[in-house]
Amino acid sequence: MSEKIDARGLSCPQPVVLTQRAIKNGATDFQVIVDNETSKENVIRCIENNKLSAEVSADGDTYVINAVKK
Amino acid sequence: MKNFFSSKVGIIITGSLIGIIAVTLQKMGNPANMGVCVACFERDIAGALGLHRADVVQYIRPEIAGFVLGSFAIALIKKEYQPRAGSSTILRFFLGIFAMIGALVFLGCPWRALLRLSGGDWNAIVGLLGLTAGIGIGVLFLKYGFSLGRNYKQKKSSGWIFPAFMAVLMIMLIFHFRVSETGPLFFSEKGPGSQHAPLFISLGAGLFIGVIAQRSRFCTMGSIRDIILAKDFHLVSGVLALVVFATIFNLIYGQFKPGFEAQPIAHTVHLWNFMGMVLSGLAFALAGGCPGRQLILSGEGDSDAAVFVMGMIVGAGISHNFLLASSPAGTGAFGPAAVVIGIIFCLIIGFTMREKVN
Repeated sequence: MSEKIDARGLSCPQPVVLTQRAIKNGATDFQVIVDNETSKENVIRCIENNKLSAEVSADGDTYVINAVKK
Repeated sequence: MKNFFSSKVGIIITGSLIGIIAVTLQKMGNPANMGVCVACFERDIAGALGLHRADVVQYIRPEIAGFVLGSFAIALIKKEYQPRAGSSTILRFFLGIFAMIGALVFLGCPWRALLRLSGGDWNAIVGLLGLTAGIGIGVLFLKYGFSLGRNYKQKKSSGWIFPAFMAVLMIMLIFHFRVSETGPLFFSEKGPGSQHAPLFISLGAGLFIGVIAQRSRFCTMGSIRDIILAKDFHLVSGVLALVVFATIFNLIYGQFKPGFEAQPIAHTVHLWNFMGMVLSGLAFALAGGCPGRQLILSGEGDSDAAVFVMGMIVGAGISHNFLLASSPAGTGAFGPAAVVIGIIFCLIIGFTMREKVN
């Protein structure tokens, strides 16, 4: 079961901090939920900087970002 | 569609343009090495409204309104306008107050620190080191679970109020509104407050910067924070571009004057240049953005950022009324004490507002 991180409503850079923490704890397959463009861009950048790839799906104002192994 | 301005090239172009526009505004009348300083210009607005009576720093700065309204317009167009609020409102207000107190001890926000550096004012280096130290402390708190909590979606009008306030300020400026012959509005007749580029050029420049800063998420505090936190050099490439291009254009305009002494609207008390920016950097880091970024977020409908801005404007009033603000002669009578109190305040917030870390 992959980890789910709900980062909705959190201000910069907390979505990134939570993403980093998941990666640091060894997660390579997890999901981050954010509710604005900036957080989406930041989380994707964080995931890609850590040599994982990011897949994004949008649901209204919410974005679900899946981090997966390259 | 991919957002071009959020790319590496995009952030570099944004930083370059902000640098060029800022020093060009100085050439056209804005105060030296101040360009588009957010803290200074909010302080001038506080002065124009009569929240403080330092008669050399009173003017409704159109650049500030431009940042907010430019961001508001482009966020609406790009469907990124999102009214939201509810994340530790009163704490953000006080973080804004103390951020301004720190900035006015140094005499500038991070944008101005970069512009001062670009003009050859080496005191800015001391300030930037302080800023980095303050942000470093903020990053430690973030790593250990610091959070001001979530914001929540609001009704449309909740996000309009701040851009509307800025529009009202602009109307008051354009029609030179005054309740009596002596004011308010107050307008400086001498000093930095009396120096300004033509109104509509300032407003246009502000709107333009508001648009590109919204698209690129340009943030000076974020640039340093991201390096410390994640070795992410994305935002800092924009900041470096700002310094490079502002320096080049300062050289072209003959505005580059290197040294520590006799720099425009600056002092050489290194300890408090450093400590002032430690306080500001820490407050910005805890609040999640530099003063410029907070204006842009306010335009996008983020009421918590707008409250931070209001805190800064009130903080400017407090700074000048209570003799906290520095002047070219040195620090204000109670500036150092206020910086210490501010840092203690931020540390208490940092230690107490933490979520459990697994």
